[in-house]
Amino acid sequence: MPLTDSLRDDILAAVPSLRAFAISLSGNGDRADDLVQETLLRALANIDSFQPGSNLPAWLFTILRNLFRSDYRKRRREVEDAEGNYAKTLKTQPAQNAHLEFEEFRAALDKLPQDQREALILVGASGFSYEDAASICGCAVGTIKSRVNRARSKLAALLYVEGAEDFGPDKTVRAVIGGSSG
Amino acid sequence: MKDVKSQASKSTTPGKGGLSAEIQSRIGHQLRAMYDDVVRQGVPERFAELVRKLDAPQAASQLEGSGGSNEDDGRE
Repeated sequence: MPLTDSLRDDILAAVPSLRAFAISLSGNGDRADDLVQETLLRALANIDSFQPGSNLPAWLFTILRNLFRSDYRKRRREVEDAEGNYAKTLKTQPAQNAHLEFEEFRAALDKLPQDQREALILVGASGFSYEDAASICGCAVGTIKSRVNRARSKLAALLYVEGAEDFGPDKTVRAVIGGSSG
Repeated sequence: MKDVKSQASKSTTPGKGGLSAEIQSRIGHQLRAMYDDVVRQGVPERFAELVRKLDAPQAASQLEGSGGSNEDDGRE
């Protein structure tokens, strides 16, 4: 499909959610924006292979997801010292209490296997159907469903079940929060 | 936080995938809150420029030579 103005607009409209997807996957704002930039360059360079009328966001997400995957092994080491960078990318810092809860959630999300994390984000946050998520990840619909379910169970176990105290804010911090909110 | 945990362990009425509806919705809510924070930032100017100005062949050549010029190249 030729690169029309309206196609450019559609690509631009997908940028905010591409960034959100990239940040959710990588946990690192700078790296996420590099991923988005390369995704856009690839999309523009290969725009001829986009089928008019097909799902543009799904096409773009597929490119980004594959880039992230191929990049992942290379960068594995760097990712570790990027912890905490995510929060800095937010324009409005959440209030302290909410912020800690957010960090806890982020940490739990990072503990999921990559397959499960991406499936959960695509379905639970990006709002793709199971079918679209399956095509983005190049797997069967049933596989996506089971990955999403396993991701939810694992997050629940990490966040809301007794005994999952080995990550996130320590007990002292929890006690302070509990005291001030109760 | 303690409230959440005790509620969670009491009300684990196994629903879909063995999780209570309350926990499912809490996870969904947090996930979307994290995601939507970024979505609300809109389109950074560098990406708007890139998509508006770049043609397909230029994009292809930028990819080949992508050694990381992240400075503005001051194109007119």
